[in-house]
Amino acid sequence: MIVSKFNRTFRQLSAGAALSIMMAVAPAAFAETPKDTLVEGFAFDDIITMDPGEAFELSTAEVTSNTYSLLVRLDMNDTSKVKGDLADSWTVSDDGLTYTFKLKPGLKFASGNPITADDVAWSFERAVKLDKSPAFIITQFGINGDNVTEKAKATDENTFVFTVDKPYAPSFVLNCLTATVASVVDKKLVMDHVKSVTPSADYKYDNDFGNEWLKTGYAGSGVFKLREWRANEVVVMERNDNYYGDKAKLNRVIYRFMKESSAQRLALEAGDIDTARNLEPGDLDAVAKNADLTTVSAPKGTVYYVSLNSKNENLKKPEVQEAFKYLVDYDAIGSTLIKGIGEIHQTFLPKGQLGALDEKPYKLDVAKAKELLAKAGLKDGFSVTMDVRNTQPVTGIAESMQQSLAQAGVKMEIIPGDGKQTLTKFRARTHDMYIGQWGSDYFDPNSNADTFTTNPDNSDAGTVKTLAWRNTWEAPELDKETKAALLERDGAKRAAMYEDIQKKFLANSPFVIIFQQIEVAGARKSLKGFKLGPSFDTNYVGPVGKE
Amino acid sequence: MSIVETKMEARPKRGRAVPIAKAVGRFLVAAVTTYLGLLAVTFFIGRVVPIDPVLAILGDRAPTHVVERVRRELGFDLPLYQQFFIYLKSILSGDFGTSVLTTNPVMVDIKRVFPATIELATLGTIIGSVIGVPLGVLAAVRRGSVADQVVRVIGLIGYSVPIFWLALISLVIFYAQLRWVAFPGRIDIVFEYSFTPVTGFYLIDSAMQGQWDVFYDVFRHIILPASLLGYFSLAYISRMTRSFMLNELSQEYVVAARAKGLSETRVIWGHALRNAAVPLVTVIALSYAGLLEGSVLTETVFSWPGIGLYITNSLQNADMNAVLGGTIVIGTVFIGINLLSDLLYRTLDPRTRSR
Repeated sequence: MIVSKFNRTFRQLSAGAALSIMMAVAPAAFAETPKDTLVEGFAFDDIITMDPGEAFELSTAEVTSNTYSLLVRLDMNDTSKVKGDLADSWTVSDDGLTYTFKLKPGLKFASGNPITADDVAWSFERAVKLDKSPAFIITQFGINGDNVTEKAKATDENTFVFTVDKPYAPSFVLNCLTATVASVVDKKLVMDHVKSVTPSADYKYDNDFGNEWLKTGYAGSGVFKLREWRANEVVVMERNDNYYGDKAKLNRVIYRFMKESSAQRLALEAGDIDTARNLEPGDLDAVAKNADLTTVSAPKGTVYYVSLNSKNENLKKPEVQEAFKYLVDYDAIGSTLIKGIGEIHQTFLPKGQLGALDEKPYKLDVAKAKELLAKAGLKDGFSVTMDVRNTQPVTGIAESMQQSLAQAGVKMEIIPGDGKQTLTKFRARTHDMYIGQWGSDYFDPNSNADTFTTNPDNSDAGTVKTLAWRNTWEAPELDKETKAALLERDGAKRAAMYEDIQKKFLANSPFVIIFQQIEVAGARKSLKGFKLGPSFDTNYVGPVGKE
Repeated sequence: MSIVETKMEARPKRGRAVPIAKAVGRFLVAAVTTYLGLLAVTFFIGRVVPIDPVLAILGDRAPTHVVERVRRELGFDLPLYQQFFIYLKSILSGDFGTSVLTTNPVMVDIKRVFPATIELATLGTIIGSVIGVPLGVLAAVRRGSVADQVVRVIGLIGYSVPIFWLALISLVIFYAQLRWVAFPGRIDIVFEYSFTPVTGFYLIDSAMQGQWDVFYDVFRHIILPASLLGYFSLAYISRMTRSFMLNELSQEYVVAARAKGLSETRVIWGHALRNAAVPLVTVIALSYAGLLEGSVLTETVFSWPGIGLYITNSLQNADMNAVLGGTIVIGTVFIGINLLSDLLYRTLDPRTRSR
C-alpha cells in the first residue's frame, strides 16, 4: 500500500483555504442529532482496553470516569481537594497508615447488584495482581500481589480499610485514589466472565480476574453505562438509572471516531455532531466565529518541555542550560503557535494541582544568553540536534527555537520523526535535545515532581526511566525534597515544599518548560452544560443537556 | 495511491494455450512464493522500524518492570529469525494473532473492516467503469476532437489532484452546502441500533431486510466516497480504453467491417470494443484491486472504518499482527483477482482457451 504522505502543513493550508472560500457562501439547512443523544466527534484511536484496571490512555480515562465510580473524586470547585464518590466519609489513623472508608448506603451497580466494601477490596486486588500499566498508582503504597488482600480489605459490608506503608501526606493518598485504576468493579458480574490461565513466573495467578472480558465489557456504576466500544468506530454510553447521584440528563452519549480536524469542523457546522473534540487552531478560529457554535476550554495537567541530554558535553553545562531558557521566544509562541490550545507556563506543576507555582522569569533575551554561553566557554556557539515528532505545535516551536538559538550562534538541526519513533529514541536517551509533553499520571504534585527530579540509578540500564533519567540528569537535593514532601501531612506546608522545589528547578535544570496544554472543543450552542474538566478523567458528560 | 500502473505486466501473453493443470500448478508455485516474500518483507520491515512495539502497546507511562514483562510475553526478546518462524508456524495453524490496538483476533477485525472497503471499492469501480469505458471509446473515436481533449483533461485532473483535497472540497459542496449526501461514517447514528448487519455490506443487508429507509441512508453515506474513488479509477480506465480502442480501430478487420457496410455503432461497440475488452478486463480488475487495498486518505477523511484506515493505524502503532494479517488478506485478494481476470480473459478471448 502506498500511503500518500503529503506535507501536513500543506494539507492543512490548502484544505483550510478551500473551506474558507466555500463556507463564505451562506450555509444551507443543517441536520440534527437526536434530542436525547450527545454525539461527540472524537479521535479516540488511543483506546486499547476498557478495563479500568488496565487502561492508562487519555481517551479511555474520559469513558471510564463517566462509566465507573470511585471511592473519592476530585472536587471540581477546588481541584487541590477531593470529595466522596461512593465513600460517604473517611478517617485517617493518627499514625497516618490506615485509611478507613465508609460507603454510602444503598448503592447499586448498573447491573443491579449492590455495591459493597468487598467489591471495592476486590477491585484493588485485581488491579494490583494484574499489574498492568496504571497499577503502580496503588502499588507505590507498599502494596503487592502477596499483601493486597490484607492492605486493602473490607471489614464489613460498608467499611473498606486501606493500609499504606509510610505516613504519606493524606492529600497524596486520596489524590491517587481518584485515578481511574481505583475504579470499583462489579465483582459478582465480572466473576461470571473470569478465564482461567496457567500460572507462570511473570504471572502467578490461575485466573485473569476477568481482564479479557472487561477489555470490551462493562461492570461499573457510573452516571453512564458503557454499551459498546468498537475500535476506531464508536463508543456508546447509555444512562445508568441505578446511579446513586444526579442522573444523566441525556439517554445516550455516542463518541464517533473522526480523525481529521477539518472533517470534525464540517460535521459540527452541519449539525451531525454536537461537539468536535480535536480541532486544530485554524478550524477552532472558524468555529469561534460561527454564531451557532461555541468553544469550550480547560487547562489540562500536561506541560510541554524541551529537554537537554547531559550526555552531550555542551548541554551538560549549567550555563548552557540557563542560556537555552533565554533562547525561547515565549511571547511569539504564546500568541501564535499555541493560541487557544496552550498557555505559557514555565514550572513543572500544571495550574490546578496542589502547590502549582505560576512564575515566568524567562523571556527571550539573546544578549543574556550570549553572556552565559561565553561564560561556559562557548562564545562561538556549537551544533546540536533536536528530535521532533512531525506534528503541531511541537514542530513550530522547534522551528522557532532553531531561529532564536541561531541568534546566539547555536546551530540546531531538527530531526523529524513519527511520534513513537522519537519517543523510542528519547527513552534510549540517544538524543541531544527532545521536545515532548508530560501529562500527570494522577492528579497529585508528586507525579510530575517525581518524574522531573528523581533518578535513583543514572546508569544506562536504569531502574526507573523518569524524565530526569532520560536526560542523564541527577539532582539529589531536589530528589530528597520531593521524597520529604510526600510525607508532609500538613497540606499548606506540603504545597510550600513543592513551590520551593519548582523554584530551584526553574533556576537549575536541563528542562526548558514552555507551556501548559489547554484542551479545547467546539460545541453547538444548543448544548447545555458541556464543560471540560481539569484532567482527562474529569470530562464529565452527565450534566450535559440539550435545548 | 494506486499501484495499478506498475502491474500491467501481470497480463498473460496472448494466444498461448497452456493446459489448465499446468497453469494451475504454475500459479500455485507463484502464489506461495509471493506469499512468503510478502510475509518476510513485511515482517522484517515491521521489526526493524525504529519503533519499540512494547512502547506502542503500553504507552510512555508504563513502569519499567511492566515493559520488560510484556516484551517477554510477546517474544520480542527472541532473535528475529526465531520470531519469524514462530509467526509462520502460528499462521499455518490458522492463528493470525491478536491486534493489540483493538484487542480482537486479527481475523475478526478484518472480517469487520474489509466489507466496508469492499462495498466502497465495488461501487467505486462500477462507477469508474460505467462512465470511464464509454468516455474512453468516445475519445478514441473522436481522436483529436474537443471531446477527446475534454476526456483527457478529466483524466488528468483525476490523476493529479490530491484525493484528500478533492474529498474535502466535495464534502463542502455536496454535504455542507447542498446537503445531498450524508456524513460521517457508513450509517447515521439513528440506525446504529435498529439495524443489524449480516454480511457487513450495508447496502445489501438493508435491502435484504427490506429496511429501505436504512438503505437510503447508507446510500447517502457511501455515494460521495464511492464517486471519488470512481473518479479516480475512471481517470485510469478511460485513458486505457482510449489507447486499446485506438489500437483496435487501426486494425484491418475494422476496415473490412466498414467496407461491408456495417453501421458505425456495430463496428465500434460490437467489434472493436469486444476485442479491446480483453485487455480492459485486466485494467479494471487491477484498478479494483488497487481500491480494495483501501484508500487510506479517503477512508480517513470520510471516517470510513475500512481496511486502509485499519492497517495505517496499526502500522503507526507498530501493531504488527494486524499489519501482517491485513497484508496477507490484501495479498490474497490481489492474487485472487489476478486469477479471476485470467479466467475472464480466457472466456472473453477464445484464442487463449486450451484446446
